[in-house]
Amino acid sequence: MTVSHIVGAAVARKEGRDKVTGAARYVDDMVLPGMIYGATVRSSVARGKIKKISFGSSVDWNEFVVVSAKDIPGKNCIALILDDQPCLAAEAVNHAEEPILLLAHPERHKLRKAVEAVSIEYEALPSIHTIEESEQKSAVIWGTDNTFKSYLVEKGDVDSVWKEAAHIVEGEYFTGAQEQLYIENNGVIAAFDEENGVTVWGSLQCPYYVHKALMVLCGLPDNKVRVVQMETGGAFGGKEEYPSMIAAHAALLARKSGKPVKIVYDRMEDMAATTKRHPSRTRHRTAVDRDGKILGGEIEFTIDGGAYATLSSVVLSRGTIHAGGPYYWPSARIRAKAVATNTPPHGAFRGFGAPQSLFAMERHMDRIAQVVGISPVEIRRRNFLKPGQATTTEQIIRENIHLDRLLDRALELSDYDAKKKRFAKENKTATRKKGIGIAAFLHGAGFTGSGERYLNSLVGVEASADGNVRVLVSSAEFGQGTNTVLCQIAAEALGLPYEDVAIARPDTTVVPNSGPTVASRTAMIVGKLVQSAAKGIQQTLAKRGVLKDDYTPEQFRAACREYVAAHGTLKSYARYGASGDVYWDDDKYRGEAYAAFAWAVYVAEVTVDLTAYSVTVDDFVALQEVGKVINPVLAAGQITGGVAQAIGFALYEKVVWQNGRMINNQMTNYIMPTSADLPPIRVFFEELGNVHGAHGAKGIGELPMDGPAPAIVNAVEDAIGVGFDSIPLLPEDLFEVLRDESLEKDVSSPMRGLA
Amino acid sequence: MNSSPEESAKCEVSFIVNGEARKAFVHPMERLLDVLRNELGLTGAKEGCGEGECGSCSVLLDGLLVNSCLVPVAQATGASIITIEGISAHALMKPLQEAFLECGGAQCGICTPGMILAAVQLLEKKPEPALADIREGLAGNLCRCTGYMQIFEAVARATRQRAAK
Repeated sequence: MTVSHIVGAAVARKEGRDKVTGAARYVDDMVLPGMIYGATVRSSVARGKIKKISFGSSVDWNEFVVVSAKDIPGKNCIALILDDQPCLAAEAVNHAEEPILLLAHPERHKLRKAVEAVSIEYEALPSIHTIEESEQKSAVIWGTDNTFKSYLVEKGDVDSVWKEAAHIVEGEYFTGAQEQLYIENNGVIAAFDEENGVTVWGSLQCPYYVHKALMVLCGLPDNKVRVVQMETGGAFGGKEEYPSMIAAHAALLARKSGKPVKIVYDRMEDMAATTKRHPSRTRHRTAVDRDGKILGGEIEFTIDGGAYATLSSVVLSRGTIHAGGPYYWPSARIRAKAVATNTPPHGAFRGFGAPQSLFAMERHMDRIAQVVGISPVEIRRRNFLKPGQATTTEQIIRENIHLDRLLDRALELSDYDAKKKRFAKENKTATRKKGIGIAAFLHGAGFTGSGERYLNSLVGVEASADGNVRVLVSSAEFGQGTNTVLCQIAAEALGLPYEDVAIARPDTTVVPNSGPTVASRTAMIVGKLVQSAAKGIQQTLAKRGVLKDDYTPEQFRAACREYVAAHGTLKSYARYGASGDVYWDDDKYRGEAYAAFAWAVYVAEVTVDLTAYSVTVDDFVALQEVGKVINPVLAAGQITGGVAQAIGFALYEKVVWQNGRMINNQMTNYIMPTSADLPPIRVFFEELGNVHGAHGAKGIGELPMDGPAPAIVNAVEDAIGVGFDSIPLLPEDLFEVLRDESLEKDVSSPMRGLA
Repeated sequence: MNSSPEESAKCEVSFIVNGEARKAFVHPMERLLDVLRNELGLTGAKEGCGEGECGSCSVLLDGLLVNSCLVPVAQATGASIITIEGISAHALMKPLQEAFLECGGAQCGICTPGMILAAVQLLEKKPEPALADIREGLAGNLCRCTGYMQIFEAVARATRQRAAK
């Protein structure tokens, strides 16, 4: 076999040429013969009973196909976990923008007027819009107590630590909703006929989630539902569960009209109606000794799930498990809950609960450092998890990770010590004050706990008669590099050139269910399965005696030709098998939460302008240990993109709510970072390896979302001596707190408790 | 969304698209973006926001970078238009496409056509841009995937390669 080093090489993105030439086909680029267009009539109130629906006379309704909940052949729900979210509201609505009716017409431009011509009368019911209102239960809108899910993690005896503590440090931290803001809005095309059932082409992350939802909605067997992923213009979690909804709508219109139906949201509809990151509140109460060592603590983590359960239980789970950060807690009690409010359901977004609870943890570490009187560096160094120690869920760290060394390297790369001293000196006379902040964190790769066991993913690799290899997975490409890294892994396993390996477009009639494309699981878990399925091809050929141990690509082709001529097809499958040492107790929330963690220390340098009340990030160092880096260009792209999105989360992106409706649902007034706003994002990797992933890979995609926000807010505090515990931190938020402060006098005096 | 063109008000418009003479029978207030995509089958220009914020519908109109979602087609009559499909319509197109591919400047790809056209315009105006020029020159085109770093690198690489020739 030729020695190849495709894994670890910066090969070009598999579908890259199509993307740079404009040839890549996204769902809105596709037109089917006879296709018509669909639109959605949505609730204008946050909560109420539907009393009457009337169709205005300004529109010729004979031209339109109209679908209501009555047209649903199966169950009126979007099947996911609890199946509590209706596809179309029938009698009552629980959030603004909830879908009620669907319209379709051959001419796209006639739809807006028609949607406006439908008037719906409601009997308004009291609605709730914040975590606090939900907890007060002034209205009970879900279950008996507005709680979707709660968890309790208990380690050691936290009740006994308070009396021996030198300091007890408390803090309360908040994060806001964040819009994924993929540049391609949600969109699908659906077709229906009695013989084949329903087919959906869409912009989506999880073909088999949509597949399952359509089976339940339409009452069809699995072979009568086909889902095809088109090129997908960004997702970030925003196309994890929502595509099941828009696909369901298009399928219902296609079934009723007998024509293919395209629904593509415009930006305003996409921002107002689809999922966002869960707003959160985290309370910390921590006992530390004289030296700043954590003795134990209580963490209360609460997220706002919106009106239906959807994915909140799993977002909460990840946030809960990450709430203690990369630190050793001799004892801890973490109480977590996801509550209901009358807002559109919050959903998956890169990081999935972890950016929320880690923002709190990393702000709180700086607070503890101040109380103890040691530096932010030292407080972390004294509390880092070490190999052999157990996390809050009693997971023993088996990886040979030394966070103190990672920290040292990050400090060196960012010139932390020198800058910290220089800024403290220069800030005394400056109106533009500089600061530097750090965040240390971890991110678990793959589904939580027993999740991967339940997923039971299946992956295939096939070789054709001419020796072309094709990877068969439902794992979708939406920019992160799935196509490329999985082809690299298969090529490496087979000793073939990268160019000889292709990947099938995810189509449920062609690819097996390799699980959803989420949770930083693709390179690690699906990659490992691709590797073994590829090895299976090799073994099959060797067993038949058509391939020697040592072969050239030409000999591989000849062997495939011979095998396929004799046996018809050459396919190999690999199914996930949990390794024996991965133990998880769902009831006690204890055990091996993740097969592997990625680890990171980030350093942010900022300028706070006290005349404009603006914060600018001037430099950003992102150092992480992610196991084997399969493609350095793609991996760095994941980090820079994630850091940019997290800078937005920290400083720019504010969802403005009014009665449970997003009112700044435009790119004009919901601001994401442009090329002029971002610092140099300097990316560094360490590669320790990992036994569970292909070639030692771990997850990478979500990690960079976790650390930037606390690093930046810590840097703001370093600059001006005022701590903020709520993000996003916009100029108006700075102004509100700082206007009464005469900061010019003495920047070194801390002014706590102002935020 | 589209405006409401009435069938009766349609007229013929003609222009040069990627070096070729093209015609379309459309309402004069139809967005250039829709005419390119729906009438001419040039789907490289994408709609991201429909209000000129994201730049994913960018094309060159008589050498100027425009958001084609904000341009009524009547305004483009007689003009020369370059879209991402016009690989040979501009000397800078191919080197930039290659540099984006090599540097990881395209991730999900939806902003890429507009971003490459913005880069064409930038290099035309400033053949040897400094990093600050690149940042400013591309600030009208939003990318949610890359954090822009690989895009800056791609533009810098295309610039270097051009200078080396």
